[in-house]
This record gives sequence, structure tokens and C-alpha cells, in this order.
Amino acid sequence: MTAERIREPGISRVGWGSALLVLGVLLACSVLAIAVGAVDLPVGSVIAELLDRLPGIDITSGLSEREAAILWELRMPRVVLAGMVGGMLAMAGAGFQGVFRNPLADPYLLGVAAGAGLGATLAIAYVPDDSGWVVSPLPLAAFAGAILGVAVTYALGRSATRTYAAATLILAGVAVAAFLTATQTFIQQRNTETFREVFAWIMGALGTVGWEEVRLILPYVIASAVGLLLYRRLMDVMGVGDEEADSVGIKAARVRLVVVAAATLGTAAAVAVSGLIGFVGIIVPHAIRLVLGSSYRVILPLSLGFGAAFLIIADLIARTVIAPAEIPIGVITAFFGAPFFLVVLARARRLS
Amino acid sequence: MSGLGLAEVAVAYNGRRVVDGVSMHVEPRTWVALIGPNGAGKSTLLRAVASLVPYAGQIDIGGVSTAGMTRRHLSELVAYLPQRPVMPEGVTVADYAAIGRTPYVPYWGTESAQDREVIAGVLERLELTSLADRQVDTLSGGEAQRVVLARALAQQSEILLLDEPTSALDVGHQQQVLELIDLLRSEQGLTVLSALHDLTLAGQYADRLVMMRYGSVVSDGTAESVLTEESIMQNYDARVRVVDMGTTGLVVTPLRPDRGP
Repeated sequence: MTAERIREPGISRVGWGSALLVLGVLLACSVLAIAVGAVDLPVGSVIAELLDRLPGIDITSGLSEREAAILWELRMPRVVLAGMVGGMLAMAGAGFQGVFRNPLADPYLLGVAAGAGLGATLAIAYVPDDSGWVVSPLPLAAFAGAILGVAVTYALGRSATRTYAAATLILAGVAVAAFLTATQTFIQQRNTETFREVFAWIMGALGTVGWEEVRLILPYVIASAVGLLLYRRLMDVMGVGDEEADSVGIKAARVRLVVVAAATLGTAAAVAVSGLIGFVGIIVPHAIRLVLGSSYRVILPLSLGFGAAFLIIADLIARTVIAPAEIPIGVITAFFGAPFFLVVLARARRLS
Repeated sequence: MSGLGLAEVAVAYNGRRVVDGVSMHVEPRTWVALIGPNGAGKSTLLRAVASLVPYAGQIDIGGVSTAGMTRRHLSELVAYLPQRPVMPEGVTVADYAAIGRTPYVPYWGTESAQDREVIAGVLERLELTSLADRQVDTLSGGEAQRVVLARALAQQSEILLLDEPTSALDVGHQQQVLELIDLLRSEQGLTVLSALHDLTLAGQYADRLVMMRYGSVVSDGTAESVLTEESIMQNYDARVRVVDMGTTGLVVTPLRPDRGP
């Protein structure tokens, strides 16, 4: 090992161990979440039914037609969507932390949440349910609001200093978020009859989703995830600050712009179908950072997997604890995420 | 071998001229030290050479103007280390040194086998191999300075711009780091332009001293011609004694203003 070490100075990358671990955790969480619910499906049958769909494999799962329908039409899309949203939020959070060199940065930092909230409130308050829109207006409005929030933040940050300095952008984001939230609160207050609906959306929910939502956000999530992964090494370079990053041959402000754009696209898509789910974007990348190292070559790909697993489990808890009612998933991510994170934090401190 | 040429270089911050018409030539394989009081424009001049601030005038490397070069190409020719390099939290020494390979790594790619070989060689050369997995924010001052140099060497540029490379170090580590820079310079044919605070060390290590004040060059030449008691009084407003120690060079030592009998 030592001879190998000298030749290869161990630049961080996702090793086989971590890759297998994240895949294993993700698969186990998915199977569990598919099996457990109002009607429990036997885990063995779930695995058989899933394998049966793979090309070249033919297994009889023993599930009844109704059970198979529950699996494919109710549980599966929900698990897939929770995975996509969780992975996306965690990756986007990691991206923001990387380009802002700020451990508290999350994907909602630059006005995504406030913009999406305003868009959703407007859609709920002013677009009647039977308006005959081809696509559902709520996700569209939330998506547009999220993108708009970040675009305005960038425009303001730019006009203030003619640079894209990290601190200026964060401050512009605070101002934009405050303004959008005030507007949203005003509209909310004028339309008190929609309060419950808006509140439920803001706390996050995956209650009514199906394959349609998965198809709706898939292109954005793929584009965003691929974009962020391409920048994993450059995010490590960003760690030395804009000036030193520039001095080794990149344009730090441009990297920040592209990463923010990619992360925002994916976050906006996630928010559009799931509402505002907090905490995933902060704790998942940090837990990985504390245990497996600070390189974005490790953090970004693993955030995708562990973020997905985390939200799949959070959603499982959200829909089973007080079944048949559901707890908002945002409550679960914070309620279980915060203590979990404190444990990781304490352990990591002791190890180092 | 590429020398470094500056002609009438000027930098203004908010309308104030911080560097004001500096012209000089740094011969290949030599070490030129920028000295001068705080605020003389030494750091800003180094930033201008690295194209990190907008400047007026002409800067060329081996006769080619840097103004037309891409960021990436310039980074293959010039490595720049600021006075207090950022040591990113939790990042390993190997990952940190790898940052220096950025101009050679495809934009969205990762290090090739050859890049990794260069990094391994640099870590070996600076006796950092055993620290490769350590986190850079846990290193001592002397180790950190070597790690930062490793990143610069991984850049494989012929010109090294160093802003106060020893400012955070004790006298022993100052000596070690400067000896190392001098050794690397002769070993790898590097051209070094550095700001140095300590006049004695500047005189001992640099081939030539350039003294700046108010953004301009006030004197340029050998240690003997630049480090005079008169000039230091004039430009630093400091009373010093300059003692010639023979082979060791000049020693500049401050004199405490006379407090009476």
C-alpha cells in the first residue's frame, strides 16, 4: 500500500466502498418504502416484482393484481419522486455551499424558496381549480417563481457592485427573499380561504404525486445533476477563494453563475412538485463532508444517493406515523434530520 | 526561458492610483524582491502581473503580452501565491496540491495519470508525501507554507509570484522557506518576483531589489545600492543601521530613536 501511495497521492474520488454503500442504502430504503404502507406488501414479493421488470428476468412475485397496482401506481412513483427531490436538493445544497464557500448555504439561499412560495400562492389564490389549464398551474407557477427569484437576485447583485462576489449575492438574496415573502404574505392575507392549501404546500408534500410528476421534472433533474457533477473538480478549486481560483486559470464568478443556474433549475423543479422541503440541502452534504471528506468529487455524487435515500425514508415516516393522515414531509426532515445531524457532528468532532 | 517585462504599469482602485507607472524587467532564472513600506503597491503590482486586477500599461512574458492570453494559458506561465492563502477546511494536502494542475486539466475533467505523477513528484520533492492525507487547515505554519508552494510548483509555471511568502513564519521557518524557494529556483529554472517585508532577508536571497513607494519605483538594483540608511530613512521613515556582514550580505537593523541620556 505504501509503495502505491507514493506514486498515487490519493486525490479524492468516490471509492468502490462508498459507491456500494450508497447504492445499497438507496436500494434498501426504496424497497422498504415500497413495501410499507396502508397495505403492507411482503418485502420478498416486492423485490421479485421489481426484478421481474428487468429485461431477461422472469420471476413470479405472487402479488395480487391489486397489490401490484399499489406497488406500481402508488408507492413506486412516490418513492422515485421522493428520491429525485431528495437527491436534487442535497446536490444543489452542496453546490451552493461549494461556490459560496459557506457551510450554511442551502439551495433556497438566493430567493428560490420565496419565489416559489409567491408563485404557488398566486396560483392557489387566483387560478380556479376548473380553469381548464392543460398543465397544472401550481407547479408551473412555483417553478417560474423560483427561477425568477434567483434571476432577480443575480441582477441586483450585479448592479450593486458590477461583480458576482459571493457576499454581495447572498445579501441581495436576503433582500429579494424578504420582498417576495412580504408580497406572498400580503396576497395570502387577502385570500384567507386558501390558507390551509398554501400552508400545506409550503411545508412540503408528496401526497398526490404520480408518474406524471416524475416525467414532468425528470429532464430538469437530469440536466441539473449532470451539470453539477461536471463541476465537481472546479468546486474544489473554488475552495481557495475567487482570487486564487482565478490565478490557477478559471473564472470563479463564471463557475459560480453556472453552478447556481444548474442548482436552481433542479431545485425549482423539485420545489414545483413537492413544495418547500427544508434541511435536506444542508444536512446531507454536511454529513457526507464530516464522515467521508471535504472534496466535492465525493460530496456531490454521494449527496445524490444519500439525499435520495434520506427523503425516501422521511416520506415513509411522514405517511405512516399517523396514518391514514400524513405529516408534512418538511416537519419530518427537520424533526429527525436535526438530531441525526447533531449525532454525526458530535461523532466527527471526536474522531478528528 | 521567459523573462518578465513591465512597461508603465498602472493600477487604480476607485480612482486612486495604487500602482503608478512601474517599468522593470525580471531576467529569467533570477529572483527580484519588491520592497517598500506598507501601501507602496507591491501586492497590487503582483496581482497585476497575474492579471487579477485591471491594469494599464504593458506586461509581457518572454516578449509576449499577457493581455491577449487566456486565463488558462497565463496560469501555465505564472503561479501566484497571495500573502495569506486560503486553506480550505477539511481539504487534504493531495487535493490541495492538485488545484495547481487546473490549467492542464480539461475544464470538466479530472487529473490524468500524468497530472497525478506531477503532484506526487512535487509532494515528494517538498517532503510532503507523508502528509498527503492530512487536512490543510490542521497544518503548522511551516508545513502550510510548503503545501502552498507545492500547489504553485504543481502549476509548472516558469514564473513564481510570491506575496510575502514568509510573513506568518518564525525566523527559522522563514529561513527554511526562503532557502527552499532559492533551491527550487536554481533547480527548476524558475523566475521569482516576490514582495518581501524583511529587508535583511530580501537582500540575502534576491538577486535584485526594487524599492517602491506611493506606487512607483524609487530605486532598483543590488542590495548594496538599494539598502542604504539614507534611503530607508527617506522611504520608510525608519532609523536603521545597515551593516555589511561580508559573505552573509547586509544586515538591516532598526535603531531605537534616542531617548536621551
